[in-house]
Amino acid sequence: MELINNWPKYYKKDVVSHYCPGCGHGIVHRIVAELLEEMDLGKQAYLVCPAGCAVLAYNYFDFDVIESAHGRGTAIATGAKRAKPGLFVISYQGDGDLSAIGTAETIHSANRGENICVVFINNAVYGMTGGQMAPTSLIGQSTTTSPVGRNPEVDGYPLHITDVVANFPGVTYAERVSVSSPAAIKKTKKAIRNAFQTQVEGLGYSIVEVLSPCPTNWKMTPVQSCKWIDEEMVKEYKPGLLTDRREERRKEKS
Amino acid sequence: MDKVFTSGNHCIAEAAIRAGCRCYFGYPITPQNELGEYMAANMRKVGGVFLQSESETAAINMVIGAASTGTRVMTSSSSPGVSLKQEGLSFLAGFEFPAVIVNMMRGGPGLGNIAPAQGDYFQSTRGGGHGDYRTPVLAPASVQELADLTVKAFELADTYRTPILLLGDGMMGQMKEPVVFPKPITDLPEKPWALKGRGEGASRYQASLILDGLAMERHNWKLVRKYKEMAEKETLCELYMMDDADFAVVAYGTTARIAKGAIKRARKEGFKVGLVRPVTLFPFPDKILQKVAYQVKNFLVFEMSTGQMLEDVKLALGGNQVEVEFHGRPGGVIPTPIEFSRVIHRYYRRMLK
Repeated sequence: MELINNWPKYYKKDVVSHYCPGCGHGIVHRIVAELLEEMDLGKQAYLVCPAGCAVLAYNYFDFDVIESAHGRGTAIATGAKRAKPGLFVISYQGDGDLSAIGTAETIHSANRGENICVVFINNAVYGMTGGQMAPTSLIGQSTTTSPVGRNPEVDGYPLHITDVVANFPGVTYAERVSVSSPAAIKKTKKAIRNAFQTQVEGLGYSIVEVLSPCPTNWKMTPVQSCKWIDEEMVKEYKPGLLTDRREERRKEKS
Repeated sequence: MDKVFTSGNHCIAEAAIRAGCRCYFGYPITPQNELGEYMAANMRKVGGVFLQSESETAAINMVIGAASTGTRVMTSSSSPGVSLKQEGLSFLAGFEFPAVIVNMMRGGPGLGNIAPAQGDYFQSTRGGGHGDYRTPVLAPASVQELADLTVKAFELADTYRTPILLLGDGMMGQMKEPVVFPKPITDLPEKPWALKGRGEGASRYQASLILDGLAMERHNWKLVRKYKEMAEKETLCELYMMDDADFAVVAYGTTARIAKGAIKRARKEGFKVGLVRPVTLFPFPDKILQKVAYQVKNFLVFEMSTGQMLEDVKLALGGNQVEVEFHGRPGGVIPTPIEFSRVIHRYYRRMLK
């Protein structure tokens, strides 16, 4: 019998994950590691991990990783990519990191069309700090800092940051996906592959937003969490391609 | 190499490029805009990177990104902007990444003004950002020294793997003087710790997160050992007219220049006054001051602040039976040599009584 699902080359063995059961990070980590192997990018990969649950991503990824201050991932990615254009640079960020404290860095790195890939994990909550309201929390969503549910009158509205940057001429590829089912995971892998390919070809900035479960802070089971993504989260954040200017860029380049 | 006539801000930029700096990230702020503008005009000519960032915070984090790849990198700003960079400075210290940060100080607090001041001494020498760290600080007092110390800053940053602050002020940045630039550095040693992609080797990561308390403590003490080594090997201090002096002015940067003018006047009156000029503010030349205290019992600290380096002078001379007086002009006021010579006169007369 042939083993068709091998351990990814760029994922460390014999490490115990610190992620909670049912968390989406592990799935996306694996996708990143698999794609770096499949696309032969692991040797020059440079990933920026965020302040947040994924801060320890270097415990799992078996390629070069740096950690960033909260929200500064795309600034560090910009510095590294500009200094050494041969690096394959990924900024891996959560919703608090990317769309709250790092909004300026997100907007401007996208607007400059930096040749980097952003993997954006949106779980509508601050995970590591224990379930506080995020800019992406849904209206009515109960969190530790919106205990009676997010009320737009005091808390504002869910922030669609990927939709915002998708409109920038500097953004080449933007897609929203989820990891709530095997089919959705396949789509996620395809989207991240497209994003990676964008950088490989030097076509500019790409971002993939992944709707990702956080059962611990949502106070749900993993199964309920996936259901909540499919039934509630997608109403606010509709999965799908947001922008794809790759052909346009290829023409500009040639 | 011929002498060229150039301003302080341009001089730093040119010296940095010659020192092998290949990335500059910055945000406009007066009175150091000419530095970034010079980089914009000249960095790309040598294949380097100039990028005007969206904020000071972004700039210092771009510095972190470039530094992590082993590239010589610089950012520059003035007081309010340097406050915004403190987060990144703390991370640079924690990561142990080399970088050069220029602060051309202006009056404060708050927006303050755009005139020269020395109010950021505490922020510069005490660490500035969060956590248990320090930043070594170089304080030039002439345009030539701006060039020399810019090169030195990059060398120290690489040798000790630490961010280095180059601390000037609005006057240092704006004034023009003749300079002989050092030859461009073409070969820089490899940095084995830099992240360049794992290639065929093992993967690596750089993190300032150390969750284990004991390991974090070890890291803190490691940084202290580094600073102690720098104190032994890298402390710089100029002694001016100190051979026969019985009264010493202590001043750095712009105020040291003004003090020299004032001391020349005082000497004409027959007062045996000299100057102790710390060139490194951290490590502070406390041992040199202590030696001076064998000879001199009366010190006058002169700053364009309300008295910040004064504390370091007092700490250095704490065990000695000496008088430490202070004259300060904070807020962007540049005192004249005449004014300061009157101050020397007053304290010198008092000493003689």
